[in-house]
Amino acid sequence: MEIKRRDFLKGIAGGAALALAQPALALAREKSRLPDAVGILYDATLCIGCKACMVGCRKANNLPAETIGPQKLWDNPIDLSARTLNIIKKYVSGTGEYKDREINGFSFIKRHCMHCVDPACVSACPASAMTKDKKIGIVSYNKDACIGCRYCQVACPFNIPKFEWDNPFPQIVKCQLCNHLLAKGELPGCCDACPTGASLFGPAAALLEEAKRRQKMQPGSYYDFPVSTITSGKIQYQQAAQYIPRIYGENEVGGAQVLMLAGVPFEKLGLPDLPSGSYVALAENIQHTLYKGMILPIVAFGGLIFLVKRSDKNKE
Amino acid sequence: MKKEQPLGGKIFTPTFLFFLLLLIISLFFLAKRFMYGLGAVTNLSDGYPWGIWIVFDVVIGTAFGCGGYAIAIMVYLFNKGEYHPLIRPALMTSLFGYSLAGLAVFFDVGRYWQIYNIFLPWYLNPNSVMLEVALCIGAYVVVLWIEFTPAFLEKLGADSAKKSLEKIMFIFVALGILLPTMHQSSLGTMMVVAGSKLSPLWWTGLLPLLFLISCIFMGYAIVIFEASITAQRYKIADESRILSKLSGIFPWMIGIYLIIRFADVAIRGHLGLAFRGDLMGNMFLLENLLLLIPMGILFMPANRNNARMLFLSAISIILAGTLYRFNCYLIGFDPGVGWKYFPAAGEILVTVGIVSIEIMAFLWFIKRLPIYHRA
Repeated sequence: MEIKRRDFLKGIAGGAALALAQPALALAREKSRLPDAVGILYDATLCIGCKACMVGCRKANNLPAETIGPQKLWDNPIDLSARTLNIIKKYVSGTGEYKDREINGFSFIKRHCMHCVDPACVSACPASAMTKDKKIGIVSYNKDACIGCRYCQVACPFNIPKFEWDNPFPQIVKCQLCNHLLAKGELPGCCDACPTGASLFGPAAALLEEAKRRQKMQPGSYYDFPVSTITSGKIQYQQAAQYIPRIYGENEVGGAQVLMLAGVPFEKLGLPDLPSGSYVALAENIQHTLYKGMILPIVAFGGLIFLVKRSDKNKE
Repeated sequence: MKKEQPLGGKIFTPTFLFFLLLLIISLFFLAKRFMYGLGAVTNLSDGYPWGIWIVFDVVIGTAFGCGGYAIAIMVYLFNKGEYHPLIRPALMTSLFGYSLAGLAVFFDVGRYWQIYNIFLPWYLNPNSVMLEVALCIGAYVVVLWIEFTPAFLEKLGADSAKKSLEKIMFIFVALGILLPTMHQSSLGTMMVVAGSKLSPLWWTGLLPLLFLISCIFMGYAIVIFEASITAQRYKIADESRILSKLSGIFPWMIGIYLIIRFADVAIRGHLGLAFRGDLMGNMFLLENLLLLIPMGILFMPANRNNARMLFLSAISIILAGTLYRFNCYLIGFDPGVGWKYFPAAGEILVTVGIVSIEIMAFLWFIKRLPIYHRA
């Protein structure tokens, strides 16, 4: 992780030192979580791998089962896809006896959209098909705007947006935190279905506080763990596991509204190791430095007109 | 000053018919793509959402189309009028490269029926690097056709129309230098946001600068390549003197490019990755070796006057630029464990079809339109 962070800073520093008058390059913008942002806290140590959240997600989003094998009886997606917006995967090492342990242990991991604070897909999309809600910060997709260029897929560090490759009239598909259910006062399908509180819905700020509280817990001691939502009142009283000292999503590429806790390092769980700086900020800084108000291009155009005219005169 | 003239000759030669056949084959795969979706023809995946249709046809194809831009820089920016005879042929290859890149985009985007959304003020996203690339390339295609219109008007004998167009041509010539500067650098900026997915051998904040310099030297190399081939096959005025003079720019431009390229990777502390002996490392070395060798060769004036050396050097530079762009978009791009991409046969044949259109259009244009100075 350290190497990549250092690399990111050096990339900026090297860029600034070597080339282009780009003073803004070194000053990556700081975006922070919106005050009313909502999110999910996934705690792998509470997850029992029952995949109820996957069923909940299918129901909530009207998605068909993704079957494998000739009989097509078993909903068993191997990864996120245009028909699977939420997936539980399992890490196993050695004998795989101990839950939430890196060596000779196992851990579950849940994958879906992180709802980034500074989402790469939103910045990348030329047609504003990806938008971040200004109030609660959910990143959602509008098929009527989308041209199907798939730059969002290239840009997303978590490989979340999926494309319907076998559809002649395809769409991008991704988790939208069940915003259609939130509008009706209901819960996201996954959090509603989760029996253990491993998927917990709530305000992003409160979830971050909760994650920090869990990080300070004494492994083996008993604590209260909220279920479904942080304020649901449903409580599970149980032993705290040994957490690794990292809240995934707190700072990765500028932070996310989905946060994760685990007992196994996140790289082992298949999550990318990302710097805290945002690549989006760098790309937009380059772009805005060059094209702010189109001043630079217009000045350049004026200069070119002059040079072309001069050259034409010489020819005559 | 001598005028450009059509070279004449039969259009439906065996060569032409061969490329026509390739085009017809590609139409079959295109029909399949529109009926069953991109997955039916391509090996694209959610990990590698862009394949050769974007990377070769657009990102590399437009760099092949930078001949007109590169020569315009020489003639107008540096006021070197002696390169003027190279403009029209160079402009022609630019016209093909860019027009067909636009066509390729149309069948690569998934929701092509609403591609005009990027022009609608309520949909377009000014933060998107892709938007800048799309609008700029779109505008440049129009500019190229306008810049090329005098050739059509000459053919039609519409002298007065040509004269009035030429009066305002300076605007389009200026745009023809401005727009490629903007979108060729932005083609580099496009991959900045890919961040951790792109190998540090290629990911840098300097991507826009490297893309800009490389498209210009590719542009000169394309002009030399194309002029050498045409000179062999057709009777055109001897351009070897201007070409060898033009090639004097390569050692300097490539030298500066390579210094920036290596200093950038070294400062970021990743030069070690180049010598690991893996695919990415080897591709990095190959890409730069293909520049280093012609740079050394063309450093000596004797080699610049040798048509064969010049031709081979131009090919090497074109390959280097091509590989650089492949590396930045595909070979150096690693979306994570388990994802793989190699173009499917249908995908390759569609790209072959696109290139066939270019070659057929080239043959028709030089025979029927005033492009070259005849011998």
